[in-house]
Amino acid sequence: MRITKTLGLAALLAMTAGLAHAQDLRIGLQEDPDVLDPDQSRTFVGRIVYASLCDKLVDITPDLEIIPMLATGWEWSDDGTELTMSLREGVTFHDGEPFNAAAVAANIDRSKNLDVSRRKSEVKSIESWEVVDDYTIRFTLSAPDATLMAQFADRAGMMLSPKATEAAGADFGLNPVCAGPFVFKERVQQDRIVLEKFADYYRADEINFDSVTFLPIPDTTVRLANLRAGDLHMLERLAATDLASAEADDGLNVERATSLGYQGITINIANGPRADNPIGQSAAVRRALSLSIDRNALNQVVFEGAFAPGNQPYAPTSPWYNTAFPVPERDIDAAKALLAEAGHADGITVEVQVANNPVQTQVMQVIQAMAAEAGITVELAAKEFATLLADQSAGEFVASQIGWSGRVDPDGNIHQFMTANGGLNDADYSNPDMDKALNEARLSNDPAVRKQSYDAAIALQQEDMPIIYLYHPVWIWALDEKVAGFTPYPDGMIRLHGVSVSE
Amino acid sequence: MLAFLGRRILIAIPTVFLISVFVFTLQHLLPGDPILVMAGEERDPEIIAALREKYRMNDPITVQYLAWAGNALQGDLGISLRTQQPVLELIAEKLPVTIQLAVMALIIAILIGIPAGVLSAYKKGTWIDWLANIIALSGLSVPNFWLGIMLILLVSVRLGWLPASGYLPLSEDPLQSIRVMVMPAFVLGTALAATLMRHTRSAMLSVLKSDYVRTARAKGLREGVVLVKHALRNALVPVVTVITLLFGELLAGAVLTEQIFTIPGFGKLVVDAVFNRDYAVVQGIVLCTGIAFIAMNILADAAYRVLNPRMSDQ
Repeated sequence: MRITKTLGLAALLAMTAGLAHAQDLRIGLQEDPDVLDPDQSRTFVGRIVYASLCDKLVDITPDLEIIPMLATGWEWSDDGTELTMSLREGVTFHDGEPFNAAAVAANIDRSKNLDVSRRKSEVKSIESWEVVDDYTIRFTLSAPDATLMAQFADRAGMMLSPKATEAAGADFGLNPVCAGPFVFKERVQQDRIVLEKFADYYRADEINFDSVTFLPIPDTTVRLANLRAGDLHMLERLAATDLASAEADDGLNVERATSLGYQGITINIANGPRADNPIGQSAAVRRALSLSIDRNALNQVVFEGAFAPGNQPYAPTSPWYNTAFPVPERDIDAAKALLAEAGHADGITVEVQVANNPVQTQVMQVIQAMAAEAGITVELAAKEFATLLADQSAGEFVASQIGWSGRVDPDGNIHQFMTANGGLNDADYSNPDMDKALNEARLSNDPAVRKQSYDAAIALQQEDMPIIYLYHPVWIWALDEKVAGFTPYPDGMIRLHGVSVSE
Repeated sequence: MLAFLGRRILIAIPTVFLISVFVFTLQHLLPGDPILVMAGEERDPEIIAALREKYRMNDPITVQYLAWAGNALQGDLGISLRTQQPVLELIAEKLPVTIQLAVMALIIAILIGIPAGVLSAYKKGTWIDWLANIIALSGLSVPNFWLGIMLILLVSVRLGWLPASGYLPLSEDPLQSIRVMVMPAFVLGTALAATLMRHTRSAMLSVLKSDYVRTARAKGLREGVVLVKHALRNALVPVVTVITLLFGELLAGAVLTEQIFTIPGFGKLVVDAVFNRDYAVVQGIVLCTGIAFIAMNILADAAYRVLNPRMSDQ
């Protein structure tokens, strides 16, 4: 009896010791991710999960330089239509399948040809590919595409086990198998996603957790309360209004990075009959609205000064920002003069649709008050996001307050919005010079050459103003002070390499 | 009793059919396009076309309904547009969670509401009556989400007594599961307790004035026996009706409570599904909730008969 007791006690001790060692990192997300298939998913939080689950061909540095990940090197042909990549050797997928050139080929094929793939447009320029040897692959493009490497640094570059994709087809997301630092263990929708350490990961020494649990907690106050109560180790997207209180808390650390995205007001210029009004027809009126806005005050009032005021698709801190057009000071007189020039000295009325969440509504209410002083009456139409999007794409809007999550390559923030046939050009804006500048920017892999094209495009945008840019969100992470080694990235991802928690 | 149940179930069938038609059509009348949401930020026309084809969005709505209803009759409620999980699996996963929350909330509500109602009726006009009324009124007036956040800040962040949010299945760790659920159940239960208290009080007041209670007292029965065995038992009939009706309110209240405490139940599922225009999930949930609501009503009718056998003749 005594022996049984002792043994039981020993077993209990061993178990608790094991528990103390088995470290689980708990991360609070703002939303529940959608389907966990990189070829089908679309949410930002989904990408945060992938950062621990699925390694990509290449990655980025915090300064947005492309660096090796599963591909160790790459080379462009002189005419920019051939890309040869050498691949890392000795890498296996979570199911034990080897990673090699054939696996890359299968992945690109899936991104391009799976009927419901959301990645089609991102890898459109790839015309064909050739497995040169086990660890070398060559892509042939239909035309030079400077954006391709940045696509490989995101979902289009995530490598999935070909065996698993073949077996699961479109249902791959229910049990994803990749080559990242953690293996998918379980998911309870709206509750948690649990990943376990992948023992055979090629950089296993940089991973300090036995498992990582992602917990979707939409309410920002509750998310922070969970962190303070010790139920979370870190959370993404701390509300700007909670920033001061989190910074004052000794138990917490705050990290931030200006995002690649923006928020702005898209003006309907030629998309159906609703474009037929002063602001749709006159660039001067659009510039007047822009000048009536005090972007710094907007940032102070709504975001406690934590975000980055902006006037271009790139944040002022971005290397692609055109410094010839700094964020304008508010100028009511100039705004009134522009209105008068356009023949609307008595003022105009503009209906702006806005997503019915408290933050975006507040943004527009501040702008409403500011614009009124310049003689622009802003009427707000609050809509639920799905409705707002449908109306915007159908041309059922005069002006629409909407944003973009941002892309690593500068092309992603402007080409689709400003070119005449761009997929996201809901304004139906068209200017041949703009098309020329933005198409040219895709041809060269030389950043200096591309910068010239983007500078030209921004100059045109400042003149025509189909989108009035307002600000760039700043990613704010709050972490338990015991968490060390976290690096903020402008893409908002959480990379766990080198992150640790002290006991 | 069996004939009664059979009759009620037969009457329920057309109701369920009507619910399904309403949900299906009303949802498609909602502005906003699920495919546009699903296609992602890029809204690639090629992808949109492929998705429309896959989810049969190009078919006329009647064809879509018949296909859905046909599958539903065979127990297949389709798959979630957002995560591709089968809807039935999702519901089976979430239902126990919300039921646990609802049952715990109901227990809390009954434990507080009924004794408070009895007491305030018995002590009518005294300070006890007033106090119970004040507590009941504040329970009704304080919004769920505010009480929830205040409790999290006090009990979890300040005192560290209970976890702030989350969920553990009862089967995995019963004690911890109840610990996690206590706060949300309390938040949900207090509002109901107030309603229950008011109804118990007024039912008790009218019963206490009736002849048979006077007779019971005249017989020399102890006051406790009169109150519980004679008065309360009869007063409970309208209260049971209220509890059944409250069950619907519980499900509605669970939507907010689950959102605040991040409990992965029905309420959270339906909110996310509506915002994402995840048609199949919304349809599945409303259908199941409708059936559950009808079942509760049938059970309530059966309960009347047990509490008051005279009702069986009617």
